[in-house]
Amino acid sequence: MNNFLRKQNFWFVFTPYFWLVLFFFIPLALIFKISISVSEWGMPPYRDLFDFSDGSIKLNSTLGNYAFIFSDSFYLRSYLNSLSLAFTSTLICLFIGYPIAFYVAKSKESTRNLLLILLIIPFWTSFLLRVYAWKVILQGSGVINAILMKFGIINEPLSMLYNHYTVILGVVYTYLPFMILPLYGYLVKFDLNLIDASNDLGARPVRTFMRVILPLSLPGIIAGSMLVFIPVVGEFVIPELLGGSDKLYFGKIIWQEFFVNRDWPIASALAMSGILVLVLPIIIFQLMFAKYNFKNE
Amino acid sequence: MSKTLLKIISLTIGFAFLYFPILTLIAYSFNDNKRVMVWKGFSFRWYGKLFQNEQIIEAFVISLKIASLSATFATILGVMIGYSLTRVSKIPARPFFIFLSSSPLVMPEIILGLSLLLFFISSNHLIGFPSNKGQLTVLISHITFSVAFVAVIIQSRLSSYDKNIEEAAQDLGTIPNKIFWKITAPVILPSIISGWLLAFTLSLDDLVVASFTTGPGANTLPIVVFSKVRLGLSPEVNALSAIIMLFVIIAAMTYYFVNRSNIQK
Repeated sequence: MNNFLRKQNFWFVFTPYFWLVLFFFIPLALIFKISISVSEWGMPPYRDLFDFSDGSIKLNSTLGNYAFIFSDSFYLRSYLNSLSLAFTSTLICLFIGYPIAFYVAKSKESTRNLLLILLIIPFWTSFLLRVYAWKVILQGSGVINAILMKFGIINEPLSMLYNHYTVILGVVYTYLPFMILPLYGYLVKFDLNLIDASNDLGARPVRTFMRVILPLSLPGIIAGSMLVFIPVVGEFVIPELLGGSDKLYFGKIIWQEFFVNRDWPIASALAMSGILVLVLPIIIFQLMFAKYNFKNE
Repeated sequence: MSKTLLKIISLTIGFAFLYFPILTLIAYSFNDNKRVMVWKGFSFRWYGKLFQNEQIIEAFVISLKIASLSATFATILGVMIGYSLTRVSKIPARPFFIFLSSSPLVMPEIILGLSLLLFFISSNHLIGFPSNKGQLTVLISHITFSVAFVAVIIQSRLSSYDKNIEEAAQDLGTIPNKIFWKITAPVILPSIISGWLLAFTLSLDDLVVASFTTGPGANTLPIVVFSKVRLGLSPEVNALSAIIMLFVIIAAMTYYFVNRSNIQK
């Protein structure tokens, strides 16, 4: 009987383990390998890492790709652009999302469920189409221009598309539900009596918010911010549809290096440094945060 | 009083912001003008055009196929991970297993797509599999990034419910297989369904990873839509958006009203 349990457990562990090693870990290792390879013409467009041709093993590795990326301000700027885009839009999402999540969580149960469904609908609707919707709205002949011109506020249509402000708008719009839903998840568990208690003890609303509500919703703030910040750093679609040439972003650069310049080693080195600079700190932070949460519980 | 006012104002502005683009797109899908934004009159013209557009219809079918297969496999693997992490004590290199099953969550999709494409090309060179890029490679990639999401949902459900029920059943002599199917599986069924739905949407929605791993005959709906709207507007895409959005709205509202009447009973 226990034998069976062991067998079942073996397959339950082994199958996903095998899948993830094969299709997640090995591909990442491959990116690392190519990132330290020498680029050359041909297919694949890089030299083999190990050269066995003249009887001995020769290692063809280089850190040149990394040196190239970090010496060229073009790549550094695209990293910084992506980081600042992610940071700005996370903050804006938090400021817009917090009051919404708070008031939805504080509503009566019947209204609350309806509002929750209304929050989830955009979340389930196609991401690409929601970005496209802004392209329709902000067009020269779009709704906003039409309204402004009808009321005589402007004579010529404003060109509102294709700059980094529209990219921020598109990002905030599409990622707002990712901020609101985890915030709501924490705020709805929140005991409203704590607010009354704080008020009864003479705290002003601002103080109650800063000292009681905010600390208790901190896990939700962190979870929501992660869900916005991480994907936005690598975001490709929104800058491509709504952005202009005023700012280039990390995701787009990788895309171009791979598909347009066909420089696989540079594209891989960009991806690798992206993982090291952006993703690893987040994983470490999450592990530490999980430990902190665990200790506090 | 001012508090209620503040509440009404922030909720109104918030929901207006969320719904204004969706509703605008639906409204303009009925515009009879070829120039998308200049209103000419009400018509179903673009819906007719949409249903005659074989490229879009074919991509839609491919997307549905890949999404349902990917969701099913991802759910199976995700349940296995969730179960392993909460019920199996001896996992070789457990921290590595945790790392593998959670880091796809934080990996930018552009890096995931790039790594999978490089992997498929290399493995084709080495062992001739996959013979070419197409629906299979997109499917494999979608399963790979969806698994982590399902695993998180299952894991949180499994760790929050009372393990003693399973142990009691075991003490009463129930065979492990039966314990899993009669106790564990029914308890986590709602999470399995929401995991499946999430994986389905993730696959249906994915543009970046699919763009990297696609090949001939595997243009998914987002790829086709993206190629149509990259440089301009497309009235057919407006009609498509309206259909998808109305479908989601109706499904969500039905769910809400069915649930509400159930609770009231």
